[in-house]
Amino acid sequence: MDHRISEHVVLDCTPVGKEVEIIVDGQRIKAYEGEPILSALLAAGHRISRYTVKNKEPRGLYCGIGQCTDCAMTVDGQPNVRTCVTPVRDGMIIKTQHGLGKEV
Amino acid sequence: MLYRDVCIVGAGPAGLAAAIEAGKAGASVLLVDLNMRPGGQLFKQIHKFFGSSAHHSGTRGCTIGRQLLKEALDSGVEIWLQSTVIGFFPGNKIGIERGADHTEKQIVTVTAKKVIIATGATENAIRFEGWTAPGVMGAGAAQTMINVNHVRPGNKVVMLGSGNVGLIVSYQLMQAGCEVAALVEAAPKIGGYAVHAAKIRRAGVPILLRHTIVAAVKDPDGCVCGCNIAAVDDHFRPVPGTEETIDCDTITIAAGLKPTMDLVKLAGCALTFNPAFGGYVPLHSRRMETSRAGFFVAGDTTGVEEANTALEEGRIAGISAAEDLGLLSSREAGLMRGEIWTRLDSLRFGPFGLRRKTEKERILQAFESEIGTPQALS
Amino acid sequence: MSLIESGYLEWEELMRLQSLPDADRYRKGPVAVIECVQEIPCNPCETACPRNAIRVGSPITSLPKLDADLCVGCGVCVARCPGMAIFIVDQSTSASTARVSFPFEYEPLPKVGEIRQALNRKGEPVCSGKIVNVVNPPLYDRTPVVTVEIPAEFANEVRAVGKEAAYA
Repeated sequence: MDHRISEHVVLDCTPVGKEVEIIVDGQRIKAYEGEPILSALLAAGHRISRYTVKNKEPRGLYCGIGQCTDCAMTVDGQPNVRTCVTPVRDGMIIKTQHGLGKEV
Repeated sequence: MLYRDVCIVGAGPAGLAAAIEAGKAGASVLLVDLNMRPGGQLFKQIHKFFGSSAHHSGTRGCTIGRQLLKEALDSGVEIWLQSTVIGFFPGNKIGIERGADHTEKQIVTVTAKKVIIATGATENAIRFEGWTAPGVMGAGAAQTMINVNHVRPGNKVVMLGSGNVGLIVSYQLMQAGCEVAALVEAAPKIGGYAVHAAKIRRAGVPILLRHTIVAAVKDPDGCVCGCNIAAVDDHFRPVPGTEETIDCDTITIAAGLKPTMDLVKLAGCALTFNPAFGGYVPLHSRRMETSRAGFFVAGDTTGVEEANTALEEGRIAGISAAEDLGLLSSREAGLMRGEIWTRLDSLRFGPFGLRRKTEKERILQAFESEIGTPQALS
Repeated sequence: MSLIESGYLEWEELMRLQSLPDADRYRKGPVAVIECVQEIPCNPCETACPRNAIRVGSPITSLPKLDADLCVGCGVCVARCPGMAIFIVDQSTSASTARVSFPFEYEPLPKVGEIRQALNRKGEPVCSGKIVNVVNPPLYDRTPVVTVEIPAEFANEVRAVGKEAAYA
């Protein structure tokens, strides 16, 4: 299911960046270069970014502007990347983060 | 080491306006923002603003954002994005971490003669059972997703809070193609402007006053698949037996905002607690200078209001910084500030604005009596 | 219940708080109905009106006041009002029907000739309506103004249409 907005009375929703692919937990999903990683994930219906350290509870989008860190994931091997303020690049490898993301 | 006349933190309406004024006066301005794009929260405000013609009334927030950004760039302002101020050091040295999270970050030190902190505000959370589940988010977060990133965070939404943010974001979620199942409000009255409430009522959204969310219902993955609400008594406690479940995949929380004070505190500025403005705010003068000489504040950081007041305060901060740099005479700067304060007074007026005017005066008076003259940090 | 308790205006409350065109004026042609009843700092309607029929004055928190004799029901204020609180009501075209114009910012936009449910201020369907006009010039800055034709008795009630086409 695609959650992208295609028609809007006020906004022009034509993607700005070129269409690329990112790999999320081994699955290829469509994304647009330059958009926040989180947008591409939500568009593809992927809601869980990480699991907490102690209770292993799921977390996802919460503040959307780089303040809360709930959307942190492992990106190209780097843990704790705030996906709401990190732009997509072609071929990025994104992983749902477990705890502090120390185990690879 | 880099040297700039003015370093402004936060590229929202206040920061951009400050940058424009300082830049126009001839200062070298560095504007620093942690986000991917400048504009702060202006670009997600796709509705037409209230106000007078002097305040771009009837213009959409996103349009105002584009105009401000162009004006800032035309004034020669340098903007660093994905850059976070992480420290203030003696000699007005500012530590800035640059780069996206997945890249090798750089720490850059900039020396600025004047600093303007315009870091905006943070959404308040409301805790109920399951509030951390994916699918529960700030109303502002949902608004960013739909209006900036053009992605729906979910299909069916329950909104908590009937202030202007709750009302406006409900409307914009419907514009984006989401269904808004209900708006839930614990108070006995709608908090925001009635015209915003009327828009969503016409579109069939029920507004449930004297109700609250008691729990997010979770699916096997732990994500939101429903919302339990209940009526509340006069002390806002859920009334047993009134619980019902609303089917939804998203719960958005619009429970007000509080000033983002991290850098203000880091800079050692004197604070005051002001409930009307959302919590702790920096004491400041009519020149928007804090207790620390050379450190100015503007916008929601000084108390949560709206984009137009942020913009006007930003202008004052930029003008005052330029004045202290000797780029504007006291007379010029004073006249400019006087005009802006008159416009601010017109925004802080009427049944919805008067309290903010009174509280602002209280903060200005406290500055006069407790601080008087800003001091350099020894 | 009042507006801030329910989120919508009852006709009686509106009559009490705003001055509305009289029956004679309604019969003469389209006219603005201003449903703005809170003192908020806002005056784009005043500057929008090409005939100076709307007055806010000073302070700008004053409620807008319409001079119904100057108003020709052009609809510019409908698109410009940030609160989407102005409507055009036209009871001059026939004895049995009325036309109501309102801002409409949802997709899919109605098309002329389409039948949609006509909704009251609470979002309840009251009758079906035929879309007779949709205008969205650059001046309106992406707030299309839609006109729906409905039975005359619902002229003071209908203020929107459903988001999807209906089949009567």
